[in-house]
Amino acid sequence: MTKRLLLGNDAFCEGLIAGGVRFYAGYPITPATEIAEAMSRRMPQVGGTYVQMEDELGSMSAIMGASATGVKSATASAGPGMALMQNELGQAIVAEIPLVVVNVQRAGPGIGNATRSGQMELMQSRYGANGEVPAVVLAPSTVEEAFWLTVKAVNLSEMLRTVVIVLGEGLLGLQRAVVDLPDDYGEIELAERPRPTVPPAQYLGNYNANELSDVPPIADFGSGYKSILSSVGISRRGGGDISVLGLSENDQDFTIRRLHQKLLDRKDEITLFEEFMTDDAEIVYIAFGTQALSAIGAMHEARANGIRAGVLRLISLWPFPEEVVRSCCAKARAVVVPEMNLGQARLLVGNALANTGVKIVGVNRVDSITIKPAQILDRTMEVLS
Amino acid sequence: MSLPNGMPATRPAKKKLDLQRPLDELVEMYADIPDKSFRYCPGCGLGMAQSAIMRAFHRAGVDITKVATAGGSGCYSVMGHYFKSSHIHGSHGRGCAYATGLKLARPELTVLTLQGDGDLLAIGGNHFIHAARRNIDITVICFNNYNFGDTGGQFAPTTPLGSKTDTSSLGMPEPAFDACKLAIGAGAGFVARSTVAHPAHLTKMIADAIEWKGFAFVEVMQHCHVLWGRRNGMPEAMDMMRFYKDNSVLHLSTVPEEERFDIPVYSEDEKDVKFVLGVLHREKKPEYTEEYAKLRAKAMAKLPAKVKS
Ligand SMILES: Cc1ncc(C[n+]2csc(CCOP(=O)(O)OP(=O)(O)O)c2C)c(N)n1
Ligand code: SF4
Ligand SMILES: [Mg+2]
Repeated sequence: MTKRLLLGNDAFCEGLIAGGVRFYAGYPITPATEIAEAMSRRMPQVGGTYVQMEDELGSMSAIMGASATGVKSATASAGPGMALMQNELGQAIVAEIPLVVVNVQRAGPGIGNATRSGQMELMQSRYGANGEVPAVVLAPSTVEEAFWLTVKAVNLSEMLRTVVIVLGEGLLGLQRAVVDLPDDYGEIELAERPRPTVPPAQYLGNYNANELSDVPPIADFGSGYKSILSSVGISRRGGGDISVLGLSENDQDFTIRRLHQKLLDRKDEITLFEEFMTDDAEIVYIAFGTQALSAIGAMHEARANGIRAGVLRLISLWPFPEEVVRSCCAKARAVVVPEMNLGQARLLVGNALANTGVKIVGVNRVDSITIKPAQILDRTMEVLS
Repeated sequence: MSLPNGMPATRPAKKKLDLQRPLDELVEMYADIPDKSFRYCPGCGLGMAQSAIMRAFHRAGVDITKVATAGGSGCYSVMGHYFKSSHIHGSHGRGCAYATGLKLARPELTVLTLQGDGDLLAIGGNHFIHAARRNIDITVICFNNYNFGDTGGQFAPTTPLGSKTDTSSLGMPEPAFDACKLAIGAGAGFVARSTVAHPAHLTKMIADAIEWKGFAFVEVMQHCHVLWGRRNGMPEAMDMMRFYKDNSVLHLSTVPEEERFDIPVYSEDEKDVKFVLGVLHREKKPEYTEEYAKLRAKAMAKLPAKVKS
């Protein structure tokens, strides 16, 4: 391990490289621009490719093409760029093309507020694309975690044959911190997508699934197999007909359910979280990303004031870890959800704790200023009184 | 003697066009038809274009397992499924961007896009011009049927001024794109046009485009008699084939006799001619994946062998 002073955005880059990414397509946007800049230098150094596309639809499409050949591929963006990407994001998820997308969230709708940070795309990252697609979303809280979680994102994207979103924030991407990085990325364990094991003549295509939990093999373009990547499928889905016409009702039902089920059946491997003193907690702070650090600060202050507070730091946001929320709040009278939006995570926590009688409140800021532990503490006093 | 558009004055030895080879032999070699039937309307020009592409694969001598195609939405979008090659059937308009990723990640692949005129020139126009500008070694094939066929025949950026479509029942009010001029303007090194009524010529254009090192564009005039033809006085496939035959001329008189395929040669006084066929532009320039490979080699030389942070 070597100590290095690293920019958050560079940590995302190094995580992608360490995860095996060798193709990056991008379109510059604040506060994610440093990722494109660093990748333009780093990709060719490690034998990979950087291409600057004409827009974010182009970046997403180019990485889909590159990943189709078996090369691990990624892009990064923010706010309006992420909005443009939704079309291809959904397409890549249903075509089951492994990819990683880093969203360094800025604040505000439309073009937003480029230099300000937020946590406003939690729901977009799950529900932004059309057609009931699932999502895998990971949110780091620190620069060092940004590195390791991005490696994990690449591994999950391969293992699950899906798009994994790393949900960053401007506050994190533009923060410099001293971090421990491995000296040799070659020692990090990497995952590979399932590839066909039968000869080309026997290959039934990239969607040859029989069970809802299946992650079928995918053949690299140019590897001797006929490999079709498509949302309508030429390939057998759920044992249905081989057709280019589009999916029959049964095949469509099977496809959409399988896209979700293949993730849910591997939720243990996807779910990451950290809990602090939740065992006896009468009040639990549930937060993600940078705001989880404020929650931890508030917990210490609360404990110093004799309040049994705990923290659940959510790292995997989708599939949302309801069971973890429930178990961490087993003794809680109340839950406070501090977040830099108007209550997106609170809604999910509320769902998870439905009918438990636990009181759930939020601390919400949309002015791009970090929530102070004191604010969380004030809210704590209000709910407990 | 120097000829226009960088055309070589002496031509390399010609390969045989091999148009005589029975279609079923080619089908065996290059095609894979999962539904055992085609999803085009009877008589549609797409079937003819598909045969020409198959013959062009053969003429260009490609290894079909090393061919990758990409396309979006439209009547043509099933075509990529019908070859033995690999294919991305993606969303509407993104073909050139998929192809850019495919080719950059694996330069050894032969990469083509199969795109409709709406797909390439309306929703996908931005990717098209930038792929041409980069001069990346892909072949973009545009099936110009004068309309959005798949959605029922609305006007496209190629619909001739005044002609009738679903969304221009009183006549198309907008002027049309000349896709070939657009490609040349954007920096394409090889630009050609042909029609499905000239199968031998079309095959030659596509084969030359595949063999061209750099960005190559072929506009294929492909009739949609069912939608555009019916609304514009040419309801039968044969009407439109005749329309192409009667209104096409070859671009350059310098094309050797054997490759004129009985197409009349363009002369300056035929100003109102509709379809100028042939290679409209040929210009060698640095190819993007090769240029990037040089840059990569430089960058790698500076870094120790181990992937280090
Ligand atoms: C984003 C998006 N917008 C609209 C459509 C609907 N749509 C499907 S095909 C098509 C037009 C196809 O026209 P063209 O590319 O010329 O192909 P053709 O059907 O004529 O072969 C449209 C608008 C779509 N699939 N996706
Ligand atoms: S609608 Fe037109 S372009 Fe589409 S398949 Fe039918 S004839 Fe061909
Ligand atoms: Mg069309």
